[in-house]
Amino acid sequence: MKQNNNKAHKFGMVIDLDKCTGCGSCMVSCMSENNVPFKEDESNKKDSITWMSVYKLTNGKSFPDTQIVYMPRPCQHCGGKGDHGHSPCVSVCPAVATDYGYDTGIVSQIYTRCFGCRYCMGACPYHARYFNWWDPKWPEGMENYLSPDVSPRMRGVVEKCSFCYHRYQAARDIAYYEGRDDIEEHEYQTACTTACPAGAIVFGDLNNPAHQVHQIVKPDPHPDPRNKHVVGKSRNPKVFRLLERLGTNPKIYYLSEREWVRKAGDNYLDGEWDKIKNYHGATLSND
Amino acid sequence: MDSALIPEGAKRCSFPKFAIGIAIVSAVVLWGVFAMFLCWFKGLNQTNMNDYYGFALWIWADLAVIAVGGGAFFTGLLRYIFKIDELKNIINFAVIIGFICYSSALLILAIDIGQPLRGWFIFWHANVHSMLTEVAFCLSAYFAVLTIEFIPNILENRQANKVPFFHHLAHNMHGVMAVFAATGAFLSFFHQGSLGGVAGVLYGRPFAVREGLLIWPWTFFLFTWSAAAFGPCFTLLVTKITETVTGKKLVKDNVVHLLAKISGWMIVTYIIAKIIDTIYWALVTAPSLGFTLSHFYSNNGFYGYWILITEIVLCGVVPGAILIMKSTRENPRLRLIAIILGVIGVCLNRWVMVLQIMAVPVMSFDTWALYFPSWQEIATTILPVAYGIILIAVAYRYLPVFPQEQELNTIEPVAEAE
Repeated sequence: MKQNNNKAHKFGMVIDLDKCTGCGSCMVSCMSENNVPFKEDESNKKDSITWMSVYKLTNGKSFPDTQIVYMPRPCQHCGGKGDHGHSPCVSVCPAVATDYGYDTGIVSQIYTRCFGCRYCMGACPYHARYFNWWDPKWPEGMENYLSPDVSPRMRGVVEKCSFCYHRYQAARDIAYYEGRDDIEEHEYQTACTTACPAGAIVFGDLNNPAHQVHQIVKPDPHPDPRNKHVVGKSRNPKVFRLLERLGTNPKIYYLSEREWVRKAGDNYLDGEWDKIKNYHGATLSND
Repeated sequence: MDSALIPEGAKRCSFPKFAIGIAIVSAVVLWGVFAMFLCWFKGLNQTNMNDYYGFALWIWADLAVIAVGGGAFFTGLLRYIFKIDELKNIINFAVIIGFICYSSALLILAIDIGQPLRGWFIFWHANVHSMLTEVAFCLSAYFAVLTIEFIPNILENRQANKVPFFHHLAHNMHGVMAVFAATGAFLSFFHQGSLGGVAGVLYGRPFAVREGLLIWPWTFFLFTWSAAAFGPCFTLLVTKITETVTGKKLVKDNVVHLLAKISGWMIVTYIIAKIIDTIYWALVTAPSLGFTLSHFYSNNGFYGYWILITEIVLCGVVPGAILIMKSTRENPRLRLIAIILGVIGVCLNRWVMVLQIMAVPVMSFDTWALYFPSWQEIATTILPVAYGIILIAVAYRYLPVFPQEQELNTIEPVAEAE
């Protein structure tokens, strides 16, 4: 069976932080879509599972200059140094329980392979990985609403955002049934993208110039001359990635008009930001 | 009652006294075993670990016991490969300590993983890119080597040695022990190193990440070197404790001085490398990622510069200096201070390379994460210590662990007669 193995996708996301209201719809839809279990007491956020987590950032200024931004943070689906697929988590997993899809750019998690060493969690600087400290439980009656397309996870394994991979599989199945070689942009959208009432999340193939996410991000296909580990840097001056300097090469991009928000995306030494804030990739001048 | 099992000519306490001592320590073991079963049956929710602290007390304990257990491979290397003959008088004990440390490390790992029944996946579905895979393979293989190294000593038990087969087996195993010592040193180089690599490859964690040689970050070599340097300190420390508890001199001073001297020079060379590594990381690696040194040691209630200074200066430079100078090395009090500081230093290094890594915020809007272990974690961490005490007590009572024991303790009756 031949199913579109010719073109490598690179699914990614751009989140407009100026549109995000922090409503949490993306978190709720994600939990619902992916059968994420509940704890009886969810007050301790450091051991509750939220594949999509929304951070609240402030500019640190007092009233009336205070500004707040909400930053949704799914798994960043890192391509790793040089974008070769050796994501921080994938490269350390001792049992290949998490893997990098070279055809999609998606970092997968194989729940039945994971034996719960949690090395991947230590490797991830984004805290995007969650451990099942308890047996999965849902409020009574809610088991009836579990999605049949997503396997629930057992106690003692790590889980994380999968870019709703089951939706990709479903879209591919339909395309195959209809004799098409590829899927359309609208056919594969993550739950958080479709749930966002502000339309702040745009999802698609970063490799496909026809996709909106590509058009917004304008990813630079060349390695950054300033840091050879960085590939796919956005050539849009308003777009940035989290901790880009580490060379993790995330596929989640963020968009903001506000400079302090873009600066919050990474760590800078004193005076460094002013030197590089207008630097947007190797081939900017060619565009 | 058990005199037939006690090595000939050796003096041991009465059996009831021994049994009472073992019973007390066994109570601690039972407490630890209870906590262990709680973790296995109820899950890791019994701990205070969380999604920020996926690695915590146990992994520190694991790294620490492996580091201090490094005395076994290094002493074996010196004794069998470099033919430093005096060390034959302490090698048995070094092997037993190593055996305790490594069996404890494996037990801790078995408790630490979320799905213990899938533990074998690390071998079956091995990811060759993962340092943890290398740890698992080398650790298990080296534990097998340590068991082989321990067997001849067990077979030298007075009753076992009466069986001709066991007698000859022990004799012949001693004869080929150089092969196992070399194998052990090779395996240890890799698993001690890969434990260092576990932290050094975390390029998402600027506090841990290091440049290196080929696929190995500098922490790989630093961990191996530090285990070889501080492992003998632990061997000497446990020997001293055993001598104090038994009230006997068990190893001649010249042996102790020699091992202390070797350890001292290893510590000095290690600490020079560690200082260079720290300076390079602080001035080049971390700033290239947007971090200043102060980021890692401020804005939190625990991790300050004190931990860096304590590890490197107080527990590195100081013991190294004491142990390389003859006058201070041969002063029992100063030597004891040095080996205690050394053991604390290597344990502190492992703490920093596990827990501080998890605590340091990486994203600019993240905060420090501090953690305190649950009683179940503490009990299961104390468990190996209690198990070690029992194994040492049993081995000392029934096996000829210290070849110089009788020679050193036959003087006593003469002195009494005088």
